[in-house]
Amino acid sequence: MASKLVMNRLRSLYRDNNSIFSTSQNQAIKWRSCQPSPINPPSPNNTSTTTSSSSVNEFELAKFSAIADTWWDAEGPFKPLHLMNPTRLAFIRSTLCRHFRKDPNCTRPFEGLKFVDVGCGGGILSEPLARMGATVTGVDAVDKNIKISRLHADLDPQTSSIEYRCTTAESLVEEQRQFDAVLALEVIEHVADPAGFCKSLSALTIPGGATVISTINRSMRAYATAIVAAEYLLHWLPKGTHQWSSFLTPEELVLILRRASITVQEMAGFVYNPLTGRWSLSDDISVNFIAFGTKPANRDEPLD
Amino acid sequence: MNRFSVARRIASNIHGFRSVQRTLCSNTGVKIPDLVSEKEPLAEPELAYDIPQYDIAIVGGGMVGMALACSLATMPLTKQLSVAIIDSNPALVNNFHIRKEDPPDPRVSTVTPATISFFKDMGAWEFVQQHCHAYFDKMQVWDYTGLGYTRYNARDVDADVLGCVVENKVLHKSLLSCIQNSDFQKTIYSSRLSSITFPVRSSMTSSSGTSSSASGSSARLELDNGNIMYAKLVVGADGSKSCVRELARIQTTGWKYSQSAIICTVEHAVENFCAWQRFLPNGPIALLPIGEKFSNIVWSMDPKESVDRNSMSEDDFVKAVNHALDSGYGPHPQSKSFEGGNVFSWLKADSTHEGFEVPPKVFKLASQRLAFPLSLMHANSYASKRLVLIGDAAHTVHPLAGQGVNMGFADARCLSKVIAEGVAVGSDIGEVTLLKKYESERKAANITMMAILDGFQKAYSVDFMPINVLRALAFNGAQYISPLKRKIISYASGNKLLPLFT
Repeated sequence: MASKLVMNRLRSLYRDNNSIFSTSQNQAIKWRSCQPSPINPPSPNNTSTTTSSSSVNEFELAKFSAIADTWWDAEGPFKPLHLMNPTRLAFIRSTLCRHFRKDPNCTRPFEGLKFVDVGCGGGILSEPLARMGATVTGVDAVDKNIKISRLHADLDPQTSSIEYRCTTAESLVEEQRQFDAVLALEVIEHVADPAGFCKSLSALTIPGGATVISTINRSMRAYATAIVAAEYLLHWLPKGTHQWSSFLTPEELVLILRRASITVQEMAGFVYNPLTGRWSLSDDISVNFIAFGTKPANRDEPLD
Repeated sequence: MNRFSVARRIASNIHGFRSVQRTLCSNTGVKIPDLVSEKEPLAEPELAYDIPQYDIAIVGGGMVGMALACSLATMPLTKQLSVAIIDSNPALVNNFHIRKEDPPDPRVSTVTPATISFFKDMGAWEFVQQHCHAYFDKMQVWDYTGLGYTRYNARDVDADVLGCVVENKVLHKSLLSCIQNSDFQKTIYSSRLSSITFPVRSSMTSSSGTSSSASGSSARLELDNGNIMYAKLVVGADGSKSCVRELARIQTTGWKYSQSAIICTVEHAVENFCAWQRFLPNGPIALLPIGEKFSNIVWSMDPKESVDRNSMSEDDFVKAVNHALDSGYGPHPQSKSFEGGNVFSWLKADSTHEGFEVPPKVFKLASQRLAFPLSLMHANSYASKRLVLIGDAAHTVHPLAGQGVNMGFADARCLSKVIAEGVAVGSDIGEVTLLKKYESERKAANITMMAILDGFQKAYSVDFMPINVLRALAFNGAQYISPLKRKIISYASGNKLLPLFT
């Protein structure tokens, strides 16, 4: 079924442990090794899943209406994401300024570039990108998120030009949309078929464009920090937010991106300092990491 | 409603205080209604087009507010921000000139090397140097008991100077000139703030969706002259009696010292190159060089005494100053009192060899005397959504070490840096997570400085022999233990490291 369904962050946060997730998990690829061979063939057609996914959405919507404001409440359930946001944006700014040869000392370096934020949630990433000058399209599979994003973006003239759509990466591919940069942050660990998802991201990227993905490593430290500490001890995230087995290691991510003709150019880790309460970029990719890749200008030959 | 239709940019009609007090009494949640009740309650959609929208509204165009504007104007990431400066001081719009013939104004600041480097970074220091200013590389602190003294020398910390004394109007004018030389988009409103309305967060959930006008998330400011504007960030730089702080209902902690200070400019027969401070029973007296043969006096004392000294004849006042700086209240400290068998001798600082000196005699008063009460005040919070406090609006200190304005400049520098970091990553500059970065950095630094100054003030307002001896030991410790002395000097120079704890 929804092998390519973009399971969005917000949605996963408020999911019951047992209900929907178990079904998608059955189809999730178990990444036990670096061998990319057991990738499920991506289902060619994802429109047939509408009946089941619409019920899923309605179920989620009921939960969202109660917490509609919290996406933008810096002290609310998305606090970890708000705290992490400047750090991942700093990485995006520096890598994309270099790639597109833009002046990093300029207020709006991304002027004239088209970006898509896949799994935009409440628009936490889309809005800063718009303020940096990019023409942003935010997509999310959850309708309520799109409504919240729209409402919030309209509050500021600098962000009101963002295009928000309730759709999936796959549907955009079908529409033959392409972007200078495709960003999917903290999304891939929630999708059923990461390899297919990466192919879609690649298809959305123009030749010579960039793709940025961030996720959580499948390491023992990630298990200890992202699941045990964040969900069970600190209660930063609702229990069941993340499934360790669906995390990707950096090597696996590089491999599946290569298969989708995207070459990872740079990778960085995010490290949380509990004393200052801030995140910073580092070489340590053992827990949270972000990868910046490029698609070759001539699109004919995939890399393997 | 006509008066809203065109936003008058620079209007100079200054109404009196439209009682802020009464506005404060109204208890209507976030919105603080204006008193003129016939005004429409909130921006109507058709008016929203005419109301100017700024990135930042700086309330208070004093030294600290202008330092923030100047810092924003000179950084690549922030110079494109649109800024409104709200201050009824006519000096901001009428280009005032400083006449060189005039004796220095009694309102001066001792700027630390950290502040000087901030001004240099902004390109404002060259304007300061065109006017009267005085560097000093030596400092002598002693007390009336005659038990101890300390001499600080810039050589102890391998610095050229310990600080520089500059008139406040020179600092202000320099910042203004520096901003005028840049192509910064600033608008000066010659008026007073009458109300601020912060957006109500729950408006986001309103199902209609029509409430989300383009300025829906900005703070709305109303001025006494009828001007209205929106700003993503409101900066309260309006001094210790901050109107912004009161309108935002930010609580403060503090107390009044039972002290007043008299400030004035005096003239000597010879030029003075040293900063002098002597602790007297009722408070410290400081003599700071201000260039040529002039010095500045900051004398803290009983409020009653201050009334007397403010009204006595000039000759009597000069006599009182000379008495206070020389052998009044107690003997000179003995230079060599601790020399025999000195346990600290192995740690001697260079300036230890310098004996106690008597400051140069004051020969006449060169300005009027100004008296003001002293207090300590600290805002419980510096930042909330779309609002931030800097300078005296956030903290007022005892002037005994001349740190007040330096703390304010450090606030301005830090805030502009935090705003630039926010712009770099596309943040909404009024976002509380961003502003809390400023708060956490500055609050820690300011509280430490305030505690030290308050402790000093308390330690010197007690005249009790055991405490006098302790104080003298502390003085001698500071005089003889050079690592400690280096730390104290470098902390007072605006270096972040704490004395003792580093």
